[in-house]
Amino acid sequence: MLRLPEFEFLEPSSLEEAVKMHESATEEVAYVAGGTDLFPNMKRRHQEPQTVISLGAIEELSTAPEEVEIDRRRFVTIGANVSLTDVSGNQLVQTLCPALAKAAESVSTPALKNMGTIGGNLCLDTRCNYYNQSFEWRRSIDFCMKKDGDICWVAPNSPRCWAVNSSDTAPVMIALGADFVLMGRGGEQIVPAAEFYNDDGIAYLNKGPSDILTQIRVPITPGSGATYLKLRRRGSFDFPVLGVAVWIRWNNKIVDDARIVLGAVASYPRIIPEAATAIIGTDLDDDSIEAAAAAAFRPSKPMDNTDLGLAWRKQMTKVYVRRALHELRAQTD
Amino acid sequence: MASSESRGADALRIVGTPQTKIDAVSKVTGRTLFADDLKLPRMLFAKILRSPHPHARLTRIDVSKALEAPGVKAIITGADLPIPFGILPVSQDEHVLAPDQVRFVGDPVAAVAALTEDQALVATKLIEVDYELLDTIKSINDGLTKTTPLIHDYGDKDNIHKLINLEFGDVEEGFEEADHVREDVFFFEGNTHLPIEQHASLADWGADGKLTLWSSTQTPHYLHRAASKVLELSPAHLRVIACPNGGGFGGKSDPFSHEIAVCKLSMLTGRPVKISLTREEVFYCHRGRHPVLMSFKTGVDKNGRIKGMHLRTALDGGGYGSYGVASTYYTGALQTVTYEMERYKFQGARVFTNKVPCGPKRGHGTVQPRFGQEVQLDKIAVDLKLDPAEMRLQNLVKPDSTTANWLYVSTIGLGQCIEKVVDGSDWKTRYGKLPYGKGLGIACSSYLSGAGLPIYWNKMPHSGVQLKCDRGGGVTVFCGSTDIGQGSDSVLAYIVAEVLGLELVDIRVVTADTDLTPVDLGSYSSRVTLHTGNAAIEASEKIRDMIAQAVGDKLEVPAERIRLADRRAFDVEDPEVGVSFAEAIQITESSVGTVGSLGSYTPPRSPGRYRGAGVGPSAAYSYSAAIAEVDVDPETGFVSVPKIWIGHDIGRSLNPIAVMGQVEGGVYMGLGETLMEEMAYRENRNLMHRIPSMLDYKSPTTHEMSDVVTYLIEDPDPNGPFGAKEAGQGPLLPIMPAVANAVYDAVGVRVDEIPITPEKVLEAIRKKEQGKEGRYGPKEFPDVPWPEPAQVLPPWEGGDGRETDPPARKVK
Repeated sequence: MLRLPEFEFLEPSSLEEAVKMHESATEEVAYVAGGTDLFPNMKRRHQEPQTVISLGAIEELSTAPEEVEIDRRRFVTIGANVSLTDVSGNQLVQTLCPALAKAAESVSTPALKNMGTIGGNLCLDTRCNYYNQSFEWRRSIDFCMKKDGDICWVAPNSPRCWAVNSSDTAPVMIALGADFVLMGRGGEQIVPAAEFYNDDGIAYLNKGPSDILTQIRVPITPGSGATYLKLRRRGSFDFPVLGVAVWIRWNNKIVDDARIVLGAVASYPRIIPEAATAIIGTDLDDDSIEAAAAAAFRPSKPMDNTDLGLAWRKQMTKVYVRRALHELRAQTD
Repeated sequence: MASSESRGADALRIVGTPQTKIDAVSKVTGRTLFADDLKLPRMLFAKILRSPHPHARLTRIDVSKALEAPGVKAIITGADLPIPFGILPVSQDEHVLAPDQVRFVGDPVAAVAALTEDQALVATKLIEVDYELLDTIKSINDGLTKTTPLIHDYGDKDNIHKLINLEFGDVEEGFEEADHVREDVFFFEGNTHLPIEQHASLADWGADGKLTLWSSTQTPHYLHRAASKVLELSPAHLRVIACPNGGGFGGKSDPFSHEIAVCKLSMLTGRPVKISLTREEVFYCHRGRHPVLMSFKTGVDKNGRIKGMHLRTALDGGGYGSYGVASTYYTGALQTVTYEMERYKFQGARVFTNKVPCGPKRGHGTVQPRFGQEVQLDKIAVDLKLDPAEMRLQNLVKPDSTTANWLYVSTIGLGQCIEKVVDGSDWKTRYGKLPYGKGLGIACSSYLSGAGLPIYWNKMPHSGVQLKCDRGGGVTVFCGSTDIGQGSDSVLAYIVAEVLGLELVDIRVVTADTDLTPVDLGSYSSRVTLHTGNAAIEASEKIRDMIAQAVGDKLEVPAERIRLADRRAFDVEDPEVGVSFAEAIQITESSVGTVGSLGSYTPPRSPGRYRGAGVGPSAAYSYSAAIAEVDVDPETGFVSVPKIWIGHDIGRSLNPIAVMGQVEGGVYMGLGETLMEEMAYRENRNLMHRIPSMLDYKSPTTHEMSDVVTYLIEDPDPNGPFGAKEAGQGPLLPIMPAVANAVYDAVGVRVDEIPITPEKVLEAIRKKEQGKEGRYGPKEFPDVPWPEPAQVLPPWEGGDGRETDPPARKVK
């Protein structure tokens, strides 16, 4: 099997200590939670930290989902180190944010969900057919700009990296309007999920290097519904080749507000405001669903960075947005 | 096997009854030692440096820096092992480490032995290699047309490795007589074995000047030959032990570079050396399913009876020969053994390309054309408005008959297979009548129970079994066969226990050790149950007869009245009179000396005498029929397969549970190939394998696996041990065409290409909606410089199995 490189493993017991360790590192350093993303990547030399700081012993990160009131709004809060299994299996999450439970359940395999954390999935390294390969493979084809090289093989004339955001839970967090709590050298910071991601395959997270995602706050909106549909080759293991997260707030069977977010078609979860606009103010009749599907189809630009062909994946945007909206409409009947 | 045949089914105590495999508990409790589990004192670890280029000349290799790296004990390059090898005598085209030319990304270039695996890995990166890049041969078309650069300096023409042209009767005449003629082109993409166990080997150059090699191999005997040749070491001083294989499926049937490299490194260092391949390296070992482009032209009468078939195949062989010549013949060998065919013409071509070498995978070479043949038959049935199941039933090959290409078919249970799956699936009321998006499809197939000829020409037995009986009543079976999970060790125990009247726990099985066990050719071509089974019967019956004589003398009972059962030897007419098996051995040993025996087996000679007639014959053919039920999502093109009914003609199942396991495993692997698996390459940048990992090379999970209803058809074959035929490969073959035919029933489109991905299905549906032909698949078969055909008359045209001389060409 592939071998892990040697590294120093630190296990702080508080957030402050973790941030301090990160800040004081002189060489490449990485946080690790469940390790299901970082360690395979290290085996393939995508990241080569000399120091790995485990977040596993920081108790407050493992706080189970709970319903809380913050500034007179109600939220479900989840510690970033809660495993995907414990998110998807949590009754509160299943009742109050079923779309999140569904997205977390759809990640990879049971064994990896037992190890992988919700925070880890939200910070998942972007992926690409040319990047998620061994060192020897990447050397053979010549290294790409995401690691060790200067070109993007997906779009060789492009000045940027097109690695794809492959998180299942990130599009749902944005659709649900969640906030992320970060802890860094400047103290605590609250960032809306939608602002946490950058449209860049390399600098894909909008956070300082030593910042730690500590908690997720999912607002509870009365009269709303949401869903997540995942397109992939197989019913397990696979990363999404398309994710569709939809959130709708109803007012008497009329769509009062909506967010439609596509996963796995860009370096960040892509919000499609024009698709939401197409359904706001309607009763989600077939025509408005078709209009939303068409609106989502146009900006959906899959590239040669995942499984399955890009033309087919683009076509599937329409099908999956349509299906998601039909599902939400059916929920109101 | 007259004496075994005469034993009625009622008298059998073990054969035919579900049994636990003898190694099952040890495997599920983690006690089985696979090659990678082995550790020896002072053991070194090896890593291989592989070519990053698909095609290049090596101009310089400098290992000096790597040799100085920490922990490094030895480094070898092509110059250290100049003698070529290869599984087939006609394709000795591989080197352990490339001496001057690399032919695919992953071709081994150098090997390092160091104190730790990490140190070996670091050292490989310090080896300096200069390459002069050569143009790549990327495809079947490149291989057929590009004359430079040459991948090899041998072969039938430029980059064409092998060309075959065989005519069994005048097919043109058949087409003229036919009521309906169709020509269809199909493509079957390559795919790989994906055994869970990654290849590993350990070599130990002993203080006695002898070398021992443990390896995850399916063919220790052929590895023994290849390694001793390359190492210039007498085979008498080399011991090859095949460890239990964690899956093989044909992927561990070639002698591999890494196996011989650790031998050389051990000889140089005087220390044991182990190598464990990464999953990516397993993809580069490959030797799996050839990509095959094929054209079928078939003429039938109005009842679907085949008047003539002309099959052309073109195989993308990858960088080396491997089993490729045999694979090419196999693409044309078994078309004739299922349905009667009056005339048959086969043309096959294999080209070299700068990709990972292809070879044998479960169903070796017969899987791809079986897909084409069965899909085309489905199209013919639609054209003729015949029920595809009924049409097949009406045209079955007869038992005890010889085909147009001179294959002798002893028994054929295919009719019962078809009837079972037709009944089970409610075919008659559901086929063609399900709602849009749901469909049923049927397909049949056949496979060998062991190749009729060995891989190198010789007249020795294909399998040998030795028995040693202990005074305490235990029996040890020695046989060169290799258990790759199919249960071949258990088969030996079942048979010996059956004949000697013992319990399975009384039998100790020692296999796959060239020092200890008689030669068995290996676990390939579904040969082991039939070949070793017959050898085991012969050896056991010798012991039985010795005991009967000695015990009969002692008890003053005629020898023919002595029976062995329930761990006793007794008078069949007065069962109270008898002795325990242990006493029986002691009595026999007192009478004749040490009690042991030998048995061996050679399959019957096939009637074919033409060049190429060696590929296809078998002592018995297994048959399978499958019906697949599919759901096609017409908006996405996704195909799911909720259920498969499969009937398999096993002759007689020695252990029905193990046979069903093989059948279900075949269905699983078949579904993977049908729906998703492909050895895909990047052609834009280097000629790289796109997805050499278990995450990205898609293989079905339990979510994609269908329910399977298995029917075992028991129609004992006179050549099989207790009538048994194979189950390891045949049941995979009908899955791809059954699903393809079901997709047509569901949504009315043809995907004439494997795998049947959602993209292809959707494209065909879109085309149909636009009023075009609802089909996805290749359009034409390329021009191939075929040689003059060898003409062989079918038996019913007065042929004798030989080529007509001079060729009997009819003047038109």
